[in-house]
Amino acid sequence: MSELNRRNFLLRMGTGFSATWATANWPALLSAATHAHNATKAATPPKFEFFIPEEAAEVEAITARIIPTDDTPGAREAGVVYFIDRGLVTFGVDDQKTYREGLPELHARVSELFPSASKFSGLTAEQQDEVLRSFDDSAPAGRRAFRARPGAQDFFQTVRLHTITGFLIDPEYGGNREGVGWKLIGREREHAFQPPFGYYDKDYPGWQSAAKEADKT
Amino acid sequence: MKVDQPRYKTSDEVDFVIVGSGAAGGILAKELSTNGFRVVVLEQGPYLTEADFTHNEIEVFAQDKLTNHPKLQPNTFRKTPDEKAKPQRALVYGRCVGGTSVHFTANFWRFHEIDFIERSKVGPIPGANLMDWPITYADLEPYYTKVEWEIGVSGLAGASPFDPPRSKPYPMPPLPVKSSGVIFERAARKLGWHPYPAPMAILSQARAGRSACVNCGFCLGFGCEVGAKSSSLVAAIRVAEKTGRCEIRPNSYVHRIETDANGRATGAVYYDEKRNVHLQKAKAIVVCANGAETPRLLLLSANKQFPNGLANSSGIVGKYLMFNTYAAVMGLYEHPLNEYKGYAVSRVLHDFYELDSQKVGFYGGGGLDARIDFTPIGFAMGGLPPGTPRWGKDFKAAMAHDFTRTMEVSTHGTSLPVENNSFSLDPELKDAWGLPALRMTYKDHPDDLKLTNWLLERAHEVHEAAGAQKKWGFPAQEQQFGVHLLGTCRMGNDPKTSVINADHRTHDVKNLFLCDGSSLVTSGRGQPTMTIEALAFRAADRITALAKRGEISA
Repeated sequence: MSELNRRNFLLRMGTGFSATWATANWPALLSAATHAHNATKAATPPKFEFFIPEEAAEVEAITARIIPTDDTPGAREAGVVYFIDRGLVTFGVDDQKTYREGLPELHARVSELFPSASKFSGLTAEQQDEVLRSFDDSAPAGRRAFRARPGAQDFFQTVRLHTITGFLIDPEYGGNREGVGWKLIGREREHAFQPPFGYYDKDYPGWQSAAKEADKT
Repeated sequence: MKVDQPRYKTSDEVDFVIVGSGAAGGILAKELSTNGFRVVVLEQGPYLTEADFTHNEIEVFAQDKLTNHPKLQPNTFRKTPDEKAKPQRALVYGRCVGGTSVHFTANFWRFHEIDFIERSKVGPIPGANLMDWPITYADLEPYYTKVEWEIGVSGLAGASPFDPPRSKPYPMPPLPVKSSGVIFERAARKLGWHPYPAPMAILSQARAGRSACVNCGFCLGFGCEVGAKSSSLVAAIRVAEKTGRCEIRPNSYVHRIETDANGRATGAVYYDEKRNVHLQKAKAIVVCANGAETPRLLLLSANKQFPNGLANSSGIVGKYLMFNTYAAVMGLYEHPLNEYKGYAVSRVLHDFYELDSQKVGFYGGGGLDARIDFTPIGFAMGGLPPGTPRWGKDFKAAMAHDFTRTMEVSTHGTSLPVENNSFSLDPELKDAWGLPALRMTYKDHPDDLKLTNWLLERAHEVHEAAGAQKKWGFPAQEQQFGVHLLGTCRMGNDPKTSVINADHRTHDVKNLFLCDGSSLVTSGRGQPTMTIEALAFRAADRITALAKRGEISA
């Protein structure tokens, strides 16, 4: 789906249901959530259930390029890789294949582009981005060393979706460790809110006064 | 929360079986049981209450906890009848006690006078089959008022100069304005238009033992955890249960209506949770299963006496499906709006409800409102301006900056009734129970697309007048997905061109009534639930009168 179509699709869904983008794009990922939540809270590092540690390191490195750590926390600090791992053995079982086929493809590209390197996670950030751009047909045309291979586009799009989900899901349901994703985008964690909600409704004089003011002008 | 209910035996011939407990079914259950009748409500989904509702996006959007499930209930889609339909999720509806009213946004506009008399006012429109309703706005007005007072609607009477006449003010003031509403209101006034506080089926004040809205921000797609959203579940079903005459039977999937040799309905056949089959006997049946499942149930009930499906001598059961058109223009503003707080829509305008077709070159009308429909995940996936990088440092920065500063002006409009647009039974695909799946056929009337593009231009003007830093939207596209499921068993006086009469009684089966989105003759301009509920209150009055005169069981 092109970006334009995707967005249009999303917008249309909004009528009654932003839902459908999820059904269409989301594998039923995530009670994952709860696990990732517990995992990131635990004092000892949690065990991975789908990935072997080397694979987890590679996936985490990808998530960290999708939402990088700079002066604010990124996917790494949000514990996204745990969220994905758990998802793949629960609701995201259908996506296991995408990862099983995608990770070897990732390695193939790493060795083709950077023959002296053995791991994606061992590359510099710039090198990693170059590898990921080769997967992403919407990225600015850089070095396109690869023909589109079946599944390759899917792999990156799937990791992107899972990363965003694991970064921005309600922390109560796992991922988004300590709410770092929400903090970044400015979403407060309270369960209920009072007006004023934002900048523009702060000084609103009330419907009657606003109507009167409008009549004067 | 649940109240003790009677438990009727399936062999016990109750006064009414109601199929579906949503916007219409809930109100009919409340009214008929209050009027002294013995009622069984058969609901295909589970009985969930406030304690079961969460803010979990995965549960709600990816696992369809509150809605029809694409794996259990797949459907097919095609644009025109000469195509072979392909499996593709094309509709969402509520599948739990309370139906779609549990997860809806709760925009509660009344229809206007024009919506009932479009055919006689504008004449025929090529490619569409506009028909007048057998009732007028004046007939329905007392019932709109009943919805506002008995179900609970917040709003400000007289605030819109385009509002149709009303007999009573709203029972509660509007909900607090949002930043999107203030931006929209100021810009629209600058343009000479008439924005007003959106009427919403959400309590702005505690009422009838229910809490006022706490502005949690999870309306669309979610069940209300505090009972402030005026769903059938909290506003009607609970009243029905208190009569002691109404049984709500969840997990009951009705798939056939039985008829006897005299062509009268005798009961509803359903699967229970364990897929055992039962027949609940009743003196009369009211089907409120929504604009997709109501025609499907009639078609599934075909038998020797009714070979084309029950109540389908006209051949139009399932036809004239209408969605309402929808599109939006997004805008980015300098300061945080924090649209994630609070309910969805605080300002709306209806200056374009009745457009002059000579001037604009198409038929139709609509409304504009201010809102944002994105959860954080949805926003990061699809809410950012075009050209924003999709990953990496700049993506992160855009997401961080834009989430609290973005709003949309959305457009809502007419769908013209087109005969080919329909629900029918798919000849191949089956649901998890082995029953023929729904097949949707839909292609927008050209005027609907022209209308949407025209309204989108107005939405752009709002953002311009408001001084948006950026704005972006896309031209109207043909719809392949519906949540407003309207018109598929239209109401009318002529049995050849309609399925039910003005009393909601099917022309062909004297003790079978239909009431839900399928009853609508025209689509209005969006937001049909208010009208579906007004129709349900009115239908309950008509059915009660018929029953008391002995004209149903005769």
